[in-house]
Amino acid sequence: MTPNLHLWLIPILPLIGAAINGLFGKRFSRRGVAAVALGFCGAAFAMALWIAAQFSSLAVPHIEVLTSWLNSGPFSVDYSFSLDQLSLVMLLIVTGVGFLIHIYSVGYMWEEGGYYRFFSYLNLFMFFMLTLVLASNYLLMFVGWEGVGLASYLLIGFFFTRDSAAAAGKKAFIVNRIGDFGFLIGLFLMIKHFGSLDFQKVFDAVKPYSPETTGVGFLTAIALLLLLGACGKSAQIPLYVWLPDAMEGPTPVSALIHAATMVTAGVYMISRSHAIFERAPSALMVVAIIGTLTAFFAATIGIAQTDIKKVLAYSTISQLGYMFLACGVAAFSAGIFHLMTHAFFKGLLFLAAGSVIHAIGGEQDMRKMGGLRKKIPWTFWTMTFATIAIAGIPPFAGFFSKDEILWRAYQASWIYWLVGLITAFLTSFYMFRLWFMTFFGEYRGNAETSHGHEEHLADTRAGAPAPHGHGGIHESPAIMLVPLVILAVLSLVGGWVGVPGSLGGGNHFDKFLGPVFRSSTPAINTGHVQAGETAPPERTTEGTEPKSGHSTEIMFTGISVGAAFLGLFLAWLLYVRSPQLPDRIASSMHGLYSTVAHKYWIDELYAWLFVRPLIAISGIVFWRGIDEGVIDAALNGSADGARELSDEVRHMQSGNLRSYAGWIAVGAAAMLAYMVWMGLRTQ
Amino acid sequence: MVPLSFYLVLSGILFACGVVGFLIKRNIITIFMSIELMLNGVNLSFVAFAARWQQLSGQVFVFFVMVVAAAEAAVGLAIIIALFRTRETLNIDQVNLLKL
Repeated sequence: MTPNLHLWLIPILPLIGAAINGLFGKRFSRRGVAAVALGFCGAAFAMALWIAAQFSSLAVPHIEVLTSWLNSGPFSVDYSFSLDQLSLVMLLIVTGVGFLIHIYSVGYMWEEGGYYRFFSYLNLFMFFMLTLVLASNYLLMFVGWEGVGLASYLLIGFFFTRDSAAAAGKKAFIVNRIGDFGFLIGLFLMIKHFGSLDFQKVFDAVKPYSPETTGVGFLTAIALLLLLGACGKSAQIPLYVWLPDAMEGPTPVSALIHAATMVTAGVYMISRSHAIFERAPSALMVVAIIGTLTAFFAATIGIAQTDIKKVLAYSTISQLGYMFLACGVAAFSAGIFHLMTHAFFKGLLFLAAGSVIHAIGGEQDMRKMGGLRKKIPWTFWTMTFATIAIAGIPPFAGFFSKDEILWRAYQASWIYWLVGLITAFLTSFYMFRLWFMTFFGEYRGNAETSHGHEEHLADTRAGAPAPHGHGGIHESPAIMLVPLVILAVLSLVGGWVGVPGSLGGGNHFDKFLGPVFRSSTPAINTGHVQAGETAPPERTTEGTEPKSGHSTEIMFTGISVGAAFLGLFLAWLLYVRSPQLPDRIASSMHGLYSTVAHKYWIDELYAWLFVRPLIAISGIVFWRGIDEGVIDAALNGSADGARELSDEVRHMQSGNLRSYAGWIAVGAAAMLAYMVWMGLRTQ
Repeated sequence: MVPLSFYLVLSGILFACGVVGFLIKRNIITIFMSIELMLNGVNLSFVAFAARWQQLSGQVFVFFVMVVAAAEAAVGLAIIIALFRTRETLNIDQVNLLKL
């Protein structure tokens, strides 16, 4: 008898918080709103920790059926939750990072309007995200999937009076719809072939199939459709365009939804469906190619951006590309590992960027920053930790996960590895560029630098967030710095759970996730993406790999660390040593530079290829043609007809009694004539 | 025996006279009489059919119609007297207070 953990409580708790704040929050003080939001979110986190504490004594996967949900003939879906190693990791990331970001938001949003609305949405997001990761069937997962999309839409458009924010919210939602369409069709195919959406049942049903190496069958179709869904949610080529625009939302939202948790849902979904993907090698290859291309492509765009949040947005896309690459070479645990470390350091990067923006009064353009190192030391140091972590310099978290992915990618094909390596170099370059531009050199903005700080100190009561957004460059209040520090520590140590065997570690993370990814691997192991001679990729943990591989692996580790330092050096050269050089380079390669700075004109291309034709078709055919021409015309026509007819008939009702009588007589005469005529006819 | 059609034609003529009188006369008493004429035209066709088909229901209907006509005459004349007292006229074209 397994203990009942009441898993359903975890998602429900934030929902209660969202409901309370959403319905009554308007009457609460800011302090009350923050207490409700933090209380329920923290309760979910505490519960996740409690579950993690007794996880080792559980039989996994631990499934709890709350109630039957849908029953339609032989097909049924339960409202049920499941817990295994994978969902436990996701659970802890979502609740942990989510809770930290909630704390941060209390300070960051203090001066903004709609405080209760913000926290209500944030809690709502937590509810859907937790539903997504805890669901034990695809349908419930899809509910969470759509729900986080909704929460994302609401939060991107949080400053809805700004046109660009409203448009960005719409863009995110619509682009996600394209992906969701694929996901949904994939689910239909699953119902058709397996008669169920339950993870356990689907994966059991999939077991007898051998990988579709020779042709393309329905498993490949399902995998590709799921991939389309994942591309939408996780902002991969070709559906990545919404994420940079999503930076219109408040910065904590960018950190929570568009960096740490929601956008990784696609990676989670592919990892969860690994049983299907492993049997569809061509689909896996598509995953790897998309991941590699996205990683590289987004990194190149990131180089030329000047908005601090846009750089981070493209960096997120690029890092998600790494995770997809890992999934694509069937190194799912490496993908999840990177997902975890990425949640730490990218969440931190966004929060620190938010702290910078806050410090200089809402400016996001890096060209107007600089020299902030001394002014906001806490932010500077935490940002430094995150930058080193994402650049992949040991012993920070990002190094281990990225290195793991690159190594596994190399085992599949050296092309993936090479592009991944170049991307790692680019990542390091643009991150240190951001770092140097923000914190070093001369201050180039126009916020006042001297006074104002002392007044803040006087304002700051113990534990109370300080007001911000006015006067002087100032460090953020403690309530914003504490999450930064915690995440900075996690960015440092977060990778140590997965130190590979070659570096003397035990690769515990991979082993921990092992049972999930090894439970239903294909019986025949031929179909792996060009696995070639290098050992079956996903069954062997690094720890059990033959010793001979270690020296090669260490060499590759050395190369990727070298790439990271090269990026650091180049950034230093261009942005510290000779800051006028970048402009010269930009003007000498004007065409290339403007192409990159304009994000390869992809938005314009999409606008030209899809958006404009769609708007034209909607405008001309559906709106003018069908809506106005057919539906409205039918309605208006019948109304007009009725009015014209009544206009005519109105004259009969003159109020003259005798004319009424006359009409009655005429009517009676007409009826009589008709009856006589009928009588004569039948005779 | 007089054929049924004779009765019916007479009934129709009586009814038509009633209708025409109702439509063209202005004096309210004449109009009233025209209504009686229409009713009696209908009564004639009722009894004619009753005799023709040897069924009593036609005659029963006639009694009902006569009862209604008598009641109507009583109420109608009372109204006419009341009307004359207030308006000092029997011309219905001048009794048009409720007309828009």
